[in-house]
Amino acid sequence: MKLNSEDLRDLAVGAAFLGTGGGGNPYVGRLMAQRCLDEGLTIDLIDPSEVPDEALVIPTAMMGAPTVLIEKLPSGEEAIHSLKALEKHLGRKAYATMPIEIGGINSTIPLVVGARLGIPIVDADGMGRAFPELQMETFGVYGISGSPMFVTDERNDSTLIQAVDNKSMEWLSRGVAIRMGGCAYIAEYAMSGADVKRTAVPNTMTLAMRIGRCLREAKSNHQSPFEALLELMPKTLYNHARIIFSGKMVDVERETRNGFSIGRARIDGLSPWRGTMKIEIQNENLIATVDGVVKAIVPDLICIMDSESAEPITTEQLRYGQRVTVVAVAVPQIMRTPEALDVFGPRCFGLDHPFTPIETMA
Amino acid sequence: MRIGIDVGGTNTDAALMDGMTVLGACKTPTTSDVSSGISKVLRDVLSLTGVAVSEIKAVMIGTTHFTNAVVERKRLLEVAAIRLGLPATKGLPPMTDWPNDLATTLGRHTFMVRGGHEFDGREISPLDEKEILRIAGEIKARGLKTASITSVFSPVTPIMEQRAAEILHNEVPDLSISLSHEVGRVGFLERENATIMNACLADLSTKVVSSFRQALKDLSIEAPFFISQNDGTLMTPDYVARYPVLTFASGPTNSMRGAALLAGEKEAMVVDIGGTTSDVGMLMQGFPRESAVAVDIGGVRTNFRMPDVLAIGLGGGSIIRDDGLRIGPDSVGYEITSKALVFGGDTLTTTDIVVAAGLEDIGDRSRVAHIPASTINNALDTMHRMVDEAVDRMKTSADPLPVILVGGGSILVSRDLPSASRVIRPENASVANAIGAAIAQVGGEIDRIFSLEGTSRDVVLAGAKAEATERATKAGADPASVKIVDIEEVPLAYLPGSATRIRVKAVGDLVMD
Repeated sequence: MKLNSEDLRDLAVGAAFLGTGGGGNPYVGRLMAQRCLDEGLTIDLIDPSEVPDEALVIPTAMMGAPTVLIEKLPSGEEAIHSLKALEKHLGRKAYATMPIEIGGINSTIPLVVGARLGIPIVDADGMGRAFPELQMETFGVYGISGSPMFVTDERNDSTLIQAVDNKSMEWLSRGVAIRMGGCAYIAEYAMSGADVKRTAVPNTMTLAMRIGRCLREAKSNHQSPFEALLELMPKTLYNHARIIFSGKMVDVERETRNGFSIGRARIDGLSPWRGTMKIEIQNENLIATVDGVVKAIVPDLICIMDSESAEPITTEQLRYGQRVTVVAVAVPQIMRTPEALDVFGPRCFGLDHPFTPIETMA
Repeated sequence: MRIGIDVGGTNTDAALMDGMTVLGACKTPTTSDVSSGISKVLRDVLSLTGVAVSEIKAVMIGTTHFTNAVVERKRLLEVAAIRLGLPATKGLPPMTDWPNDLATTLGRHTFMVRGGHEFDGREISPLDEKEILRIAGEIKARGLKTASITSVFSPVTPIMEQRAAEILHNEVPDLSISLSHEVGRVGFLERENATIMNACLADLSTKVVSSFRQALKDLSIEAPFFISQNDGTLMTPDYVARYPVLTFASGPTNSMRGAALLAGEKEAMVVDIGGTTSDVGMLMQGFPRESAVAVDIGGVRTNFRMPDVLAIGLGGGSIIRDDGLRIGPDSVGYEITSKALVFGGDTLTTTDIVVAAGLEDIGDRSRVAHIPASTINNALDTMHRMVDEAVDRMKTSADPLPVILVGGGSILVSRDLPSASRVIRPENASVANAIGAAIAQVGGEIDRIFSLEGTSRDVVLAGAKAEATERATKAGADPASVKIVDIEEVPLAYLPGSATRIRVKAVGDLVMD
C-alpha cells in the first residue's frame, strides 16, 4: 500500500490517539515523511504476511526527549545510519523496516527510513501503543533480543549496544542518548519475517490511519466522532472500545522523576456521568478510577479526548477546564498474556492493581 | 499624561489618560498612509479634552499593520533565510511547511550552515564562518536587503547567531538582519518561521515606524513613543523597526488589558461579544493568560506568545433555532441591520430576543411582539449557559472570578453567571484597545532549557528571575517597580537527569520624566 499526504495526516492523528497521552507529537515526523513524497519517493506499507519468513526486518525509531527533537531537528539520516550499521554488523541486508512503537512520533520515523532506502515498512509494531522504555516490546516478550542495537546522532556518531538483556539495553542506550544531546535514533530488535509474524502487534499502522480517517470523516459529515470511533474499533484487532467517562478537567498535577513525567488528572463527571475520575500518568495514561473503582488499566488504552473536537489530548496539553471524554480500548491478546504483563503490565509501573481487561469491567 | 492609539484595519482609536483615568477617547477611519489618520485622531482627542501637547509624556501605539501585511502577502521583501545547525536539521529545510504563495513571495533563498548548540550549551558543530562569507556574496549577488538567522537552541545561547550577524554586517553593511533568539522561544521550526516573517517586514516596519514618528511631529508632540507587543508590554520604535513580528498578537492583548483597567480588575475573565462570536480569555495579574499551542499566522506555524482565547459561536447576530434551545454558530453578521426581525428582516437573532424580553430597546420592538415567552426564556437560558460554560472552561481553577463584558454584543448578558463572582460592564469599552496600549508596561522574559545537574532548582530559578528582571530594566522599566508575573517550568520527559525548560516573565512601569 503506497501512502499519500492524506494518509500521513490521518496517521498522525491516529498515532496521537494510540499514544494515550505520550509518545511525542508526530508533527516533525509527518513533515519529514511528506518531504519524501514531495521528492517523488514512495512510502510502501506491507502486511506482515507479505514478509518472507527468512527475510530480515530491522525496526527503526527515535529515543529521548520529544522536547529536544522539536528544537534540534534531525538530519534525516540518523536512523538510516543506525539501520545500515546494523546491517553491516549482521552481514545481511534488511528486507524491510518497522516501527517499534505506534503511539506518537515513532509511527513516522520508519516511513522516512523506508522511503529513502527504497524498502517497505511493515504494517505492525512492538508496543501497540506508546510506552516509555525500550524493553517494553512484544518483540522482547516473545524472545527477540533488542541487541545488537545501534544508536546514532546527527553527526553520525554511532554506538553499538550489545547488552545481556533488553532492560540493560534500555539503560545503556538511554545514557548514550543523553550524551548525544537528549535525542537519538536507533535500529534494534532485528528479526526474521517469521518472528515478525510471531511477535509483532499486526496492522497497527493501518489501524492508526483508520482511526485518523474515521475522526476526520465523522467531523466533516457532522456525525459524532465518538460514535464513529466506537463503531470502527470492533472491526479491528483492538476489538472493544467504550467511553468510560466524560466531564471537566478539574485538576492536573505534574512532576518529573527519573526522566518520567509523572502526574495525576482529575475529571469531574458531567451528566449523565457521576463522580470523579482520576487518571494516573507516567508519560502515558496508566490507570483510570472513579471514586476508587478501576475503570481501565494499562496495557489497555486510556485516551483522553476533547469532548467537542475529539482531538486526542497529550499529557503536556492537559489543563483545568477542558471538557474531555475518556475512551478505553482493549489491546490485542498478544499484549495481555502473562509474559506480556510481566514486561508492561500494571506492576511494571508500580501499580498495585491486577490487570483487568476493559471488556470484563462493570 | 499619556495617549494610547490603536491603528486597526478599519479604525484608528485614541484614548487620553491621566494615570489610570480616561480623560477622553476618539475614533477615526484608518488612512492608507497611516500617519494622517493618527494625526487626525490625536488632534481630536486633544481638542476634546483640552489638554496641551506639552503635558503629554508618552504615546503608546498598538497596530495590526504587520499582521495584515503577511496575511495579505503585501509589501514584503525577499529574505535570505539562514539556518545554523548542520548536520542536524537537514531533514527539514527552511520554509518546509509554508503556503506556496508566501514562500514564493519571499523568494525561497534558503541556506543551511554548520553550527548550532545542544540543549545544555555544547556545540553541535563549530560555526562555519567561511560559509557565512560565501552567503554574504550570494546576498550581494541576488540583491537581497534582509536576512534571518536561526541557530539550534539559540534561546539557550545566542552567540552563533550574533557572530554570523557580525560577519554578514561587515560584508553587507546595509543588510537588515533578524535573529531568532530575539523573536521566539524553543521550538525550532516555529521560531525560524517567525524570524523569516520578521525579516520580510523589514522595509514596511521602517516605513510604518517613521510614519508614526511623522504623525507625532506634525502635532509637535515631543514625548517619546512606544509600540505595544504581543504580551502587552512596550517596545521602543527602533526595536519595532527591527522586530515588527513581535506586534502580531498585540490587538487581542491590548483589548483584554484595556478591559481590565476599565473594570478595575487584575484577576478576571474577559468576554468580548461581537456580532458572530464571543472571545473569552483570562487575565492574570492584569495580563492575558497565554496559549501553549502553535498558532498559524497567514498559514505559517508559529509559537508566539498569544493570549489564550476561546471563541464560541455566540454574538449579537447569532441565529436562534429550536424554540431558543439552539443558538448559532451561524450569524447574520454585518447584515444584522437588514436581516434581524427588529430591523425589518426575517431572521430570529439573539438581538431580537433581548428586545422581545424588554431588556434593550433596539429597532422596531413591535416586530418581535409575537415571539412566545417560552422561546424568549429558552434563548436567554441558552445564551447565558453558553457564556457561562466558556468562562468556566477558560478558568484555571474552580474559584469564581469577576467577568468583564465588552463588545457590542454584551447586551446579550443580562443575568448573573454562576461561574462569575460578579459581572462588570465598563464604560468606554469600544476603545479598550487604545486604553490597553496606553497602560502597557515594560517587560523582560527568558525561556530556556536549564540543566539542573550539579546545581539546585532554587539556584537556577533565582538566576532566571534575575535575568528576566534585568531584561525588563534594560528595556526601560523602573527597577523599583519590576515584578515577576509568570513562572513556568516544564521538565523534559523521557530523559533521566534533570533538564527543565523554564520561562520567567518580569514587568515594570515605564520610566517617565
